[in-house]
Amino acid sequence: MTTYITNARLIDPEKLTEATGSLLIVDGRIAEIGGPAPEGATVIDANGKCLAPGIVDMGVRIGEPGDRHKESFRSAGLAAAAGGVTTIVARPDTTPAIDTPEVLEFVTRRAREASPVRILHMAALTKGREGREMTEIGFLLDAGAVAFTDAEAVCTNTKVLNRAFTYARSLGALVIGHPQEPGLTAGSAVTKGKFASLRGLPDVHPMAERMGLDRDIALVEMTGVRYHADQVTSARTLPALERAKANGFDVTAGISIHHLTLNEYDVGDYRTFFKVTPPLRSEEDRVAMVDAVASGLIDIICSMHTPQDEESKRLPFEHAASGAVGLETLLPAAMRLYHQGGLTLPQLFRALALNPAKRLGLAQGRLSVGAPADLVLFDPNAPFVMDRFALRSKSKNTPFDGQRMEGRVIATFVAGQKVFDADL
Amino acid sequence: MSFRARHLLGIEHLAPDEIRAVLDLADRYVELNRRTEKRSDVLAGMTQINMFFENSTRTQASFELAGKRLGADVMNMSVAQSSVKKGETLIDTALTLNAMHPDLLVVRHGASGAVNLLAEKVNCAVLNAGDGRHEHPTQALLDALTIRRAKGRIHRLTVAICGDVQHSRVARSNLILLGKMENRVRLIAPPTLMPSGVEEFGCEVYDDMKKGLEGADVVMMLRLQKERMDGGFIPSEREYFHRYGLDAEKLAFAKPDAIVMHPGPMNRGVEIDGTIADDINRSVIQEQVEMGVAVRMACMDLLARNLRAERGARATEVMA
Repeated sequence: MTTYITNARLIDPEKLTEATGSLLIVDGRIAEIGGPAPEGATVIDANGKCLAPGIVDMGVRIGEPGDRHKESFRSAGLAAAAGGVTTIVARPDTTPAIDTPEVLEFVTRRAREASPVRILHMAALTKGREGREMTEIGFLLDAGAVAFTDAEAVCTNTKVLNRAFTYARSLGALVIGHPQEPGLTAGSAVTKGKFASLRGLPDVHPMAERMGLDRDIALVEMTGVRYHADQVTSARTLPALERAKANGFDVTAGISIHHLTLNEYDVGDYRTFFKVTPPLRSEEDRVAMVDAVASGLIDIICSMHTPQDEESKRLPFEHAASGAVGLETLLPAAMRLYHQGGLTLPQLFRALALNPAKRLGLAQGRLSVGAPADLVLFDPNAPFVMDRFALRSKSKNTPFDGQRMEGRVIATFVAGQKVFDADL
Repeated sequence: MSFRARHLLGIEHLAPDEIRAVLDLADRYVELNRRTEKRSDVLAGMTQINMFFENSTRTQASFELAGKRLGADVMNMSVAQSSVKKGETLIDTALTLNAMHPDLLVVRHGASGAVNLLAEKVNCAVLNAGDGRHEHPTQALLDALTIRRAKGRIHRLTVAICGDVQHSRVARSNLILLGKMENRVRLIAPPTLMPSGVEEFGCEVYDDMKKGLEGADVVMMLRLQKERMDGGFIPSEREYFHRYGLDAEKLAFAKPDAIVMHPGPMNRGVEIDGTIADDINRSVIQEQVEMGVAVRMACMDLLARNLRAERGARATEVMA
């Protein structure tokens, strides 16, 4: 099976370059860049549109098991394919939590049967994500867990966490923390400031994030574990992250696309689709985060895809469920950062594909010979109006509903196979 | 007529001329309410439902009386102890009520923004009778009317709002209204009960009550909720009264003719000294209650006019 994509704007996140050229796929891998078309190859003319490594989306919640009405492996996989996401890294905050090798084997099998894109699984760090006892980290690693996290449940017992980190360290496992001080964040719905006061909503100072990261980094220093912060969203947290990296700790950080493209005022008159965790920040914070992605201080952009049904969102703001879907909107939303000039396309795909792949030890995320041909072909300029009911996700809770966006996926390839075709 | 709103959800969405329209009309209802024959028929044939998800005897009574004096059919629903307990959502409750074709819906709810959410789902005019820590617009309007009648104007005054500003929808609505009418607003509270970012609203912020009261024309006290008194936000009731309770000594820092207000119900000896609350030369607390009925009559009258105009226009369209 040989596919030849010609006349493409090749986005290389490793070299941070972009150039027009061709790319040859043989047996699911990138075989050559810039060569001639071999005989018998299927030729795709990209018409000058962009070809980049497929997105590796770290931190996707799928409702299996427990909330299949919100999202199944099938619906998430289809949404991902349409959004240019070729690897979903699924969160373990399901019901029950993915905290035993048996549950992990179940979801792995379900995902393989149902999804057109790759799905990898993270496992819980503590049993039931309750912060009391560590999970069978070794068995879970053997069963294919790529990282260990309790998602938004922050373990308050530092002794438990210390032991879990120490044990994970001995196995070389990656742990993912949610840097928030739970005492401060309890009950909060928005970020402290003028907007929170205007709307009378329970708020939290962004310093809660810095305190959470400071604690986790102290534990990293004690244990030497490989650590990733799922979301760093406030300028106040950056000095702590910078210091940890300067000290040579094995620490990386991510951010959701929503925190890079929206701010607290987007909540407007209590629009619950804009309720996410942590809450949207100030515009100053948002700009600082875009800069931090550009400089590489923040490593990874993800969708933090969190499907919620209508019932859990049609409530007063402080009672409504938190989270937004993002698999299909991650790429067009990221194009806002490109069009606004904050980030170049190679910088964006470094954070969307290369860095998450590197962090998880995957060969994906690269546009180089020998890498898996997980690719996205897209038009960064194609305009459209977002209609949430057109989403393939079972849940339609996107904050971008009704908004003008630019950037459409033309085709998505996983191991050289086309898994999505926009038929443009 | 310059009152354009469909609902009364907050002061935030009102323009100064709309606020004046309410106050002017309310002045006329004050006169009506002082007569023996208090009935008017501007809401005749209309149905008003008071839906209180949080208990409130005073506000509910005020709205009920206002509606009855205007000739509306008034129904009270204490939702606090009914279907909500059975798991019915706010939206379902709203849709159920909407199917009964009310014309005016008066809503109080414990969550900020809940009344906005409800207003999106119904066809009638919605009046916010207090939502969480967000707004309590009729309270701010009745306070404005009380001030205007006592001081002869509702602009260029120095108004001190003291107490638990953080958790107070009354404070929020008042500071927005007073700002819109070009007054100087000072907020006085212990730092643990002061919301963040309020300086950006154009308020002056004080944690020293005496300094905050200096030269004030109006002293507006807020109620301190019992559950916030011990340890959590303030050390104790007695320390709070010592530092933030309104007594003669602290009031002496305000202008000699400053008026004292309180939205009720009062905690005597916690946020206000009983003798000040009862001082007929300074306290306008009873007038506030009286103005409350008049202001609520004015608000419902104005909303009903808009509702009639809207429905009339639609009927004309159908006929044509």
